[in-house]
Amino acid sequence: MSLYASMIAPFVDYGFMRRALVASMALGLGAGPVGVLLMLRRMSLVGDAMSHAVLPGAAIGFLIAGGLSLPAMGLGGVVAGLSVALFSGVVSRTTVLKEDASFATFYLASLALGVLIVSLRGSNIDLLHVLFGTILAIDPLALYLVGAIASLTLLALALVYRPLIAECFDPGFLRAVGGFGPLYHFLFLLLVVINLVAGFQTLGTLMAVGMMMLPAAIAQLWARTLPRMFVMASFSAVFSGFVGLLVSYHLGFASGPTIILTATTLYLISLLIAPEGALRRLIKRPHLAG
Amino acid sequence: MITLDNVTVTYNRHPAVHHVSGCFEPGSLTAIAGSNGAGKSTLLKAMMGELSSVEGTIDRGDLLVRDFGYLPQAADIDRHFPLSVADTVMLGAWREVGAFGGATRAVVDRARQALVAVGLAGFEKRDIGSLSVGQFQRVLFARLLLQDAKVIILDEPFTAIDARTTHDLLAIIRRWHQEARTVIAVLHDFDQVRAYFPQTLLLARKVIGWGPTEEVLTKENLLHAKAMTEDWDDQAGVCEAPVLEGS
Repeated sequence: MSLYASMIAPFVDYGFMRRALVASMALGLGAGPVGVLLMLRRMSLVGDAMSHAVLPGAAIGFLIAGGLSLPAMGLGGVVAGLSVALFSGVVSRTTVLKEDASFATFYLASLALGVLIVSLRGSNIDLLHVLFGTILAIDPLALYLVGAIASLTLLALALVYRPLIAECFDPGFLRAVGGFGPLYHFLFLLLVVINLVAGFQTLGTLMAVGMMMLPAAIAQLWARTLPRMFVMASFSAVFSGFVGLLVSYHLGFASGPTIILTATTLYLISLLIAPEGALRRLIKRPHLAG
Repeated sequence: MITLDNVTVTYNRHPAVHHVSGCFEPGSLTAIAGSNGAGKSTLLKAMMGELSSVEGTIDRGDLLVRDFGYLPQAADIDRHFPLSVADTVMLGAWREVGAFGGATRAVVDRARQALVAVGLAGFEKRDIGSLSVGQFQRVLFARLLLQDAKVIILDEPFTAIDARTTHDLLAIIRRWHQEARTVIAVLHDFDQVRAYFPQTLLLARKVIGWGPTEEVLTKENLLHAKAMTEDWDDQAGVCEAPVLEGS
């Protein structure tokens, strides 16, 4: 099989492959940098919790729209995700529970509620769609939504880059100089939620967070400065989308899991050979003079 | 002038520090001394407006909390965050540059001068993750230099810092004092306090002494302070202690 036939022809021949490619590229561009920030804030698992928290909102959107309607489910997902984030914030500020503990409690409730709602009305096929995504069945409307979310994310990150980083690095300092830290924290959580919603359109609620955390982990292994981490995370997310789609096309695998497993493979390779990876520690090199 | 009037800060109704009254004069250089658990950091946090369970009044005069330069205990900051030394120092110019403004050439120049002043000339492009604990503390002092604050509050700035770094940073504190800024620092080393700090507030969950250092750090007061700090009573009733006036 020629290079063209194996790597380019599937996208030329099939509209659904083109749409899937554009969706996963847009998703990677936005979600990668957001994942890097999540990881630097030591909130990796909060991202995971949030991805489950969007489920009941999506399910209610599903019920109201009477079927798989991506805008209705997306809006519901944003509302549900933000509510869990807000409640967790309030609980951790007013009680003895830390933020991760309150996130854990709320997202479990949220997940259970979501599955309950979907199972009340939908068939099992629908539940599978919500949980595992439908990247090969993306319509132009969903594509616009994912594209809009990616654009908004990159614009927002560019705009609030400094306060966001300052809040991330030393929240006490930002508070002391009157920098409205909580506002940026909330804005950041909003970005996390909308990117998860974009992710669940394509990869499903269970794996949406994979496009965030795996590229972020890969980026941390390759880069030492923030801008490079952002570029690296976006690049590896987009690359995983491209390769994952091709592999799923040629081998007949489900596309969502294949994309995530491609990212995982990239991650495993990085673990070994990246500058901050494992092999560097095993190979003894003479130290420098000064 | 920062005036404290009968300030009490509690955790679960137990006072971490109570009935503190007195004032920090403008341009004064005060050490806050006392053993672990004496309420030193708690008092500083209350003055920075970070705690909610504060009784009594803290009058900051015509200053706002954001006019204060505050250096919390080192453990509060992620030292391996991927940020350059220059970027970290320039955060000190937040009040001029703000969240969205560009860093002017003047700010960049001041950051470089601040790094020279703390003995880190040429470190601008280094990762903060590659610095030692002492070097990182120097970076935080450079950030404070950029903040140009009228009141500077330091919480245990020399814990786990070697003698030479401490010496250099004490010189900066002395410079702030000469520039008539108000400096308040939590310290453990009484010799350091005696050598560099004209004023001392000795705490042991209440004020043991507040005034000129030689009058406060007497053998009697130090013994008294030691006994008081350990005096935590789970069965304590509601406090009716009289207000102890500071200087």
